[in-house]
Amino acid sequence: MTPLLQVENLDKSYGGVHAVRGVSFSLTAGRILALIGPNGAGKSTCFNMLNGQIKPNAGTIRLNGADITGLPPRTVWRRGVGRTFQITATFASMTVRENVQVALLSFHSKLASVFRYAGAAYRDEAERLLALVGMEAQAERPCGELAYGDLKRLELAIALANQPKLLLMDEPTAGMAPKERVDLMRLTAGIARDTGIGVLFTEHDMDVVFEHSDSVMVLNRGELIATGTPEEVRRDPQVRAIYLGEGLLYDAKHREGSAA
Amino acid sequence: MTRIVNFAHGAFYMVGAYLAFTLTERLAGTWGFWGGILIAAAVVAVLGALLEIVLLRRIYRAPELFQLLATFGVTLMVQDIVVLIWGPEDLMGRRAPGFRGAVEIMGQLVPAYDLLLIVLGPTVLGLLWLLFHRTRWGVLVRAATQDRDMVAALGVNQKWLFTSVFALGVFLAALGGALQIPRDAVSHSMDLRIIVDVFVVVVIGGLGSVTGAFLAAIIVSELNAFGILIFPKISLVLVFLVMAVVLVIRPYGLFGKAEGAQRTSLGLSIRPWRPFTQAERIAVGAGVLVAASLPLFLGNYALTVGSEILVFVLFAASLHFMMTVGGLASFGHAAYFGLGAYGAAFMVKLFGAPMEVALLMGPLMGLVGAVLFGWFCVRLSGVYFAMLTLAFAQIAWSIAFQWVEVTGGDNGMLGIWPASWASKPAAFFWLVLGVVTVGVCILRVLVFSPFGFALRAARDSTLRSEAIGIDRRNVQWAAFIVAGTFAGIAGVLFAFLKGSVFPDNLGIPISVDGLVMVLLGGIETVSGAVVGAVVYKALAIWLMSQTEMSKLILGAVVVLLVVAFPKGIVGFLEDLRHRRRPASPPAGFKAAKVEAAE
Amino acid sequence: MKLEVSGLNSHYGPAHILFDVAFEVGAGEVVALLGRNGAGKSTTFRSVVGLVSQREGQIRFDGTDISRMPTYDIVRRGLGYVPEDRRIFTELTVEENFSVGLQPPRPGVATWTPERIYQLFPNLGEMRKRPGGQMSGGEQQMLTIGRTLMGNPSLVLLDEPSEGLAPKIVEQMADAILAMRKEGLSIVISEQNLHFAKLISDRAYIIEKGRMRFSGTMAELEANPEIRDAYLAV
Repeated sequence: MTPLLQVENLDKSYGGVHAVRGVSFSLTAGRILALIGPNGAGKSTCFNMLNGQIKPNAGTIRLNGADITGLPPRTVWRRGVGRTFQITATFASMTVRENVQVALLSFHSKLASVFRYAGAAYRDEAERLLALVGMEAQAERPCGELAYGDLKRLELAIALANQPKLLLMDEPTAGMAPKERVDLMRLTAGIARDTGIGVLFTEHDMDVVFEHSDSVMVLNRGELIATGTPEEVRRDPQVRAIYLGEGLLYDAKHREGSAA
Repeated sequence: MTRIVNFAHGAFYMVGAYLAFTLTERLAGTWGFWGGILIAAAVVAVLGALLEIVLLRRIYRAPELFQLLATFGVTLMVQDIVVLIWGPEDLMGRRAPGFRGAVEIMGQLVPAYDLLLIVLGPTVLGLLWLLFHRTRWGVLVRAATQDRDMVAALGVNQKWLFTSVFALGVFLAALGGALQIPRDAVSHSMDLRIIVDVFVVVVIGGLGSVTGAFLAAIIVSELNAFGILIFPKISLVLVFLVMAVVLVIRPYGLFGKAEGAQRTSLGLSIRPWRPFTQAERIAVGAGVLVAASLPLFLGNYALTVGSEILVFVLFAASLHFMMTVGGLASFGHAAYFGLGAYGAAFMVKLFGAPMEVALLMGPLMGLVGAVLFGWFCVRLSGVYFAMLTLAFAQIAWSIAFQWVEVTGGDNGMLGIWPASWASKPAAFFWLVLGVVTVGVCILRVLVFSPFGFALRAARDSTLRSEAIGIDRRNVQWAAFIVAGTFAGIAGVLFAFLKGSVFPDNLGIPISVDGLVMVLLGGIETVSGAVVGAVVYKALAIWLMSQTEMSKLILGAVVVLLVVAFPKGIVGFLEDLRHRRRPASPPAGFKAAKVEAAE
Repeated sequence: MKLEVSGLNSHYGPAHILFDVAFEVGAGEVVALLGRNGAGKSTTFRSVVGLVSQREGQIRFDGTDISRMPTYDIVRRGLGYVPEDRRIFTELTVEENFSVGLQPPRPGVATWTPERIYQLFPNLGEMRKRPGGQMSGGEQQMLTIGRTLMGNPSLVLLDEPSEGLAPKIVEQMADAILAMRKEGLSIVISEQNLHFAKLISDRAYIIEKGRMRFSGTMAELEANPEIRDAYLAV
């Protein structure tokens, strides 16, 4: 069976910095894969190559077997890759629903249309997506005044508008309260398992990583140093030395988190 | 460095020259001459500091374009003040004592004074570099350029920091002006001439790079010199052509770096736009009907003025569409206005076409121009985008000015009159009203169409819009073309209104007028430009008829409006309405109280 | 009391953000301001240092009313502020970033030099000439704290120092904050990470929707799971 996402020997350097070195991995549909590592390890570069924002120097990225290496983000999106950003990127001058409507109009290739009221287009579909992420009550609100956690959920709704096969989430819970984090990831995991979407995410909250991912990859100085189940990665001495630390904070916390 | 795009710099340059002229005439001897130049620069620096304290401090948080508009207002005022004090004639300054002669270099006589300036340039550059990189003041300035709040949060009084930077900049500008007096006549139009050159230099060099600016200055002056010798026909175009090429190849100038995210995205309103309600539609309809009934009351002169105002309503609305909805601030929108006008003139003069045909074909020139120029422009963003549009407008202007055989050059093309049925002022007014109303309505429908949403999406967040399959460049290119075409329509109407076209129709003043109208109306509104155009144009025409000092008053009004109504007239009214709405009355009420307390 | 805030109300434009916020910090104390995102933690800090122009209420620092002072004046009195988004000067080197924060020594307060800060954060010592823009998130967080320490503050407001950092770096941060406290600094941190807050602070306040909901020692917070669950929802 062809994996949903197959990455081989991805390589990128810029300005004398070798940011990503020969990274290879694959992701099966319906699975959730976490990418962790110290700040500056190349996680964001890796991510930006997957959705086409950065062109890799070498290596291939295949989506369901088709080569998507080096395609621009908008083309990658049309192939069925949705993404959320570390710092939310939404359309601040529009209402919450309009944000989703623009994505839907684009998905249905209706953006060139000139003489219709866009605010009336795909309203029901937008409402449904907003309901999915629990934002239906805020559909009319200006996006510019949303709280950060809500922006993250709106981003998820936008990312789901093209019925993606693969969802890329860059620090999906950064800046959220612990409860919100768990909720958002539960929601994402539920959607992924129900619809068979593959999810790849980066995260610093080990609680989220260990609870919601099927497997974890650890990146350090541009190289993958460990891959495995959350339990395996957590016990890996190298990962502990480089990234997890003495577990003063997170091991204890995670035990609490999973007990709750 | 302060990231204030400053129109007034040209004005300071000019005032420096005038003051130095007066002082060097009064003070005798070598010391008198050099002392006079330095004193003039210092006095202007103090004036600049005062302007910064009184005016600019109030608008630092406003979008860059507002700052630009305010400094433009100041420039207008200074032009009239200079005429008031020194009179309208050009003045010839004294030669520099000790540098009257010429030196022979490689068989060419080079004036000694020019050599002095050649040495002075790198010296000043070197001193500036040392100042910015080797002193704590310089480090603070570089830090504040990036993040003024953070500098304040580290205990630095950034207000005075900025005043001192501004004063230094003004000092250098005034010094530049003062040093010109032995070489060139002092005139009251030297400010605009120099500021365009300076913008070109700064943009080619890359914003914020002193070295880049210096290098670019050399390139530009070389081009000017050789251009006149080798390609006299296209000398005016050459510099702008080079700037266009540089910007297309290196979008941030030779030494510039990619700009970070803009502090405030243009036209970004926190309050999402809504189409008109039924009541508002009726009100607008009534307004159009009132306008249509004007010929029953007004005389011919008033109707001609009315037609002119309407033409500019369409022009401003087209620019507004591009700026506000598209987030693309064009400094050269007059190009498409003028191209439309010339298009109509060509149809009438070269092909003998009637008005109706010219009316249809003329805007095509605007469209073609926008297709061509827009393709390059949308590759850039922010200030660089604005500068490239300016460059293209100047190229178009130069062609109209220098291609005498076809365009008549400075003499323009005359005798472009409307068809007989529309020749009466009232009939022509109705024609204009009809075209303009339809045009503005179409633009408004576009705002709320899926295309308009895609355009706003690209403006709000390029990152997100690319990630949902929107091709930013193509969408913005399309908007550029739409705006250019509607500007072209306005230009055609203008040509028939005046019966003639001149290169001025493509000139910087018309572009600037358009900008002022849009900002006056309110950049965060859907159709504020309509109001802005009516107010600004009516005011300008009325002031011209009433007073000699029209620029002074107009400039003062512009400054006042920027400070008092930073969201434009329509934006201000919307704020008022929003505050009265009971959505969050305690918050709104409290906020007003706090503001009043400050 | 080192810092006393009472009846603080803040607005952004028409939006009322803080409602009668009150808290106090004793000399040498580490106090945590806890709350969800958007609860008003950052606005509280920004109001105290005068970066929110629409603020009213009592803010006393070392007994002086600073509620109407401009930001630079407040900071010069020894109240340091480290923003949430770090806001380092990307074009400036580590050393130059430090020099922006430089203030004269203050009597009775620890005096910081670049060398002492390199002892606190050894990573920074290895990259003195590197522009801030070319540093990783953790290094930038160290730089922004060091930059504020250069002003020799007697109290520091630290806005979410653990946000977006690798667990290992967060542990380093905790060590550094405890070291700063040993120097006699009063510290207020805003946090969402309760476990991080527990490691370093004596007392905690909980803010929710712009209002203070809880005030007490960390032990009291620990003993009150219902409060914790209601406002922090761990």
